[in-house]
Amino acid sequence: MGRRLEIDGVSKRYGDVVALREMTFDVRAGELFGFVGSNGAGKTTTMRIALGVLAADGGEVRWDGAPITPTTRRHIGYMPEERGLYPKMKVGEQLVYLARLHGLSPSAAERSVREWTERLGVAQRWDDEVQKLSLGNQQRVQLAAALVHNPLILVLDEPFSGLDPVAVDVMSTVLKDKARDGVPVVFSSHQLDLVERLCDRVGIVRNGQMVACDTVEALRAGGTTRLVVVAPQAEPGWADHLPNVTVREHDGARTVLELGEGADDQAVLRAALATGPVTEFSRHRQSLTELFRSVVTGEVAA
Amino acid sequence: MTDTPDVRLGNWQAVGLVAGREIKLKVRSKAFIAVTGVTLVLLVGFSLLMKLISGGSDATVGLTGPTTALEQPLKATASTIGHTVDTRSVANEADGRAELAAGNLDALLVPSGDTFVVVVQQDLDGSLEDVFNVLAGQLAFNNAITDLGGDPSAVNETVARARVEVLPIEPPQEYDGQQLVIGMVAGVLIYMSLLLNGQMVATGVVEEKSSRVVELLLATIRPWQLMAGKVLGIGVIGLAQMAVIGGVGIGAALAFDVLTISLSTAVGTVVWLVVWFLLGFLVYSLLFAALAALVSRQEDVGGVITPPLMFVILGYVVGISVLPADPGNKLVETLSLIPVFSPTLMPMRLAMGGVPAWQAIMAVVLTIALIPALVWLSGRVYRNAVMRSGARVKLMDALKPV
Repeated sequence: MGRRLEIDGVSKRYGDVVALREMTFDVRAGELFGFVGSNGAGKTTTMRIALGVLAADGGEVRWDGAPITPTTRRHIGYMPEERGLYPKMKVGEQLVYLARLHGLSPSAAERSVREWTERLGVAQRWDDEVQKLSLGNQQRVQLAAALVHNPLILVLDEPFSGLDPVAVDVMSTVLKDKARDGVPVVFSSHQLDLVERLCDRVGIVRNGQMVACDTVEALRAGGTTRLVVVAPQAEPGWADHLPNVTVREHDGARTVLELGEGADDQAVLRAALATGPVTEFSRHRQSLTELFRSVVTGEVAA
Repeated sequence: MTDTPDVRLGNWQAVGLVAGREIKLKVRSKAFIAVTGVTLVLLVGFSLLMKLISGGSDATVGLTGPTTALEQPLKATASTIGHTVDTRSVANEADGRAELAAGNLDALLVPSGDTFVVVVQQDLDGSLEDVFNVLAGQLAFNNAITDLGGDPSAVNETVARARVEVLPIEPPQEYDGQQLVIGMVAGVLIYMSLLLNGQMVATGVVEEKSSRVVELLLATIRPWQLMAGKVLGIGVIGLAQMAVIGGVGIGAALAFDVLTISLSTAVGTVVWLVVWFLLGFLVYSLLFAALAALVSRQEDVGGVITPPLMFVILGYVVGISVLPADPGNKLVETLSLIPVFSPTLMPMRLAMGGVPAWQAIMAVVLTIALIPALVWLSGRVYRNAVMRSGARVKLMDALKPV
């Protein structure tokens, strides 16, 4: 029994431009939710509305079953796409200030900031102005800013962009730990391999609408399955007569086929063997990247 | 499942946190400390300078032989013309001439019959010459009375008593020279303070926008809390600065006896200065905050805040150029009642004295009446514009309801 973050039918338009059309999804407690889509698809707008930084034209954001309020929003840890900290304020002082804006007492804020700067490896920069830090360390401070108030919800816009591989690992670990604590975590990213590896569920947005939302497994299963057959003696068109099977590529001995619904892969194998020896026969599931590409270009409606 | 921590934050608690940050940063800023320090040093130095200038005499005159008897009449004559003359007795004319050559004396009086001759090194200072001319006339006058058998001192007394009686239909306002100077200083202080602190608000707003930290802040607090906290924090520190500068300045002037105005007038001046700083700061900083929210880069701040800034500058320039010569100027009197000009003109007029009570009250009431409208207006512009980074937001767009 966890506390979910629900985005329910949220719409937003800027003048004549529709940014969000009935955006709906939920992030369950203890779940890592990946939010993917092309630039301008509406990811940032959705997150800003969840944070109350932008007002929605319609729809509702709920947390724990109740509409989110300015007070419950203080439970959210937020990392905006446009990174921002006071450049001339010292790291420690700045994080304590941000924690206090989230409602922490001075001592609790100080304690929590010590803990997170320690954990993220920027503790020794406590008294340095943010502008004097390297970009990587600024990113760590930014992450600390999202975590110092011990948030019950995490909303991170492109948290991995601009991170070096070590920082990516640190970030991944932190997100997984938070999710393990029962926090719903939603983040957007263009690094689909990372999303595929980390996320329990993924939502794909296109033109302000959620077009696919499920576990990575289910999404991939829902997508098409391809077969790669290497049969050196097969003539072009050897598989044309098979029901629900489309030939995508035929290049010398190698044929790539797409299996439609109800297609029988064993029938394909028999047909291939009928042409002569078969040196390779493999089932190839779509990667998230391929799935994403086909979804956002509108080829497949999942 | 983690417990829900208590994250309640009262409206004014949030405003207080924002204001606290502004105060802490500003008090530690080198520019702020430097400006305050330099202003204090300048004011105290100015008081000292005034003391030195007013303490010394304008000229030293050597007297020899019978002319030593002219010491009292000379000093008296000088003071009626508004000069201070020191005298010194010298043994004889030769000694006197040596002192003149050495520059220790400005003039030497040597007797010549019933009157005297003035010996100078090169030429006689015009004002000193006037003093001697009046003195010579006086001597000739006295001699003529004696010749006619009269008593010069009795005649002089009668002459001194004879005065024209002036019957003003409307009693004129007497302006005290010292208060005029205080008025000027008050004008400079309030102008500087509004300019510096007002711009501080504007650059602060843009700093949050350009560094994009505003999105992080607005995810926790409301736009009005952020704006109010900023205005409040900078206002509190500006107020403290104004009170310290005004207090130390007047205190130093009183301590050095440069000012001979009453303590209550001095306190009144500082109090009015503080009141008008507060009102002026509120009016202008609200405008500055709203307008600054329209732009995203520090370079563009100057452009958007220039229009309201012109009112500050205009008020100050009109006041400082018109009031010293003509403290009762009708145009300034009218302008000082208009809320956008009151903050610069009213404190100058109040420090100079002679402001009717109804005008002093009316200016305050009108300005206070304007503030709620400004709060509403700038709150709306700020809220609508502060999250829109990039190109300058049009004022008309920002005024539209969301």
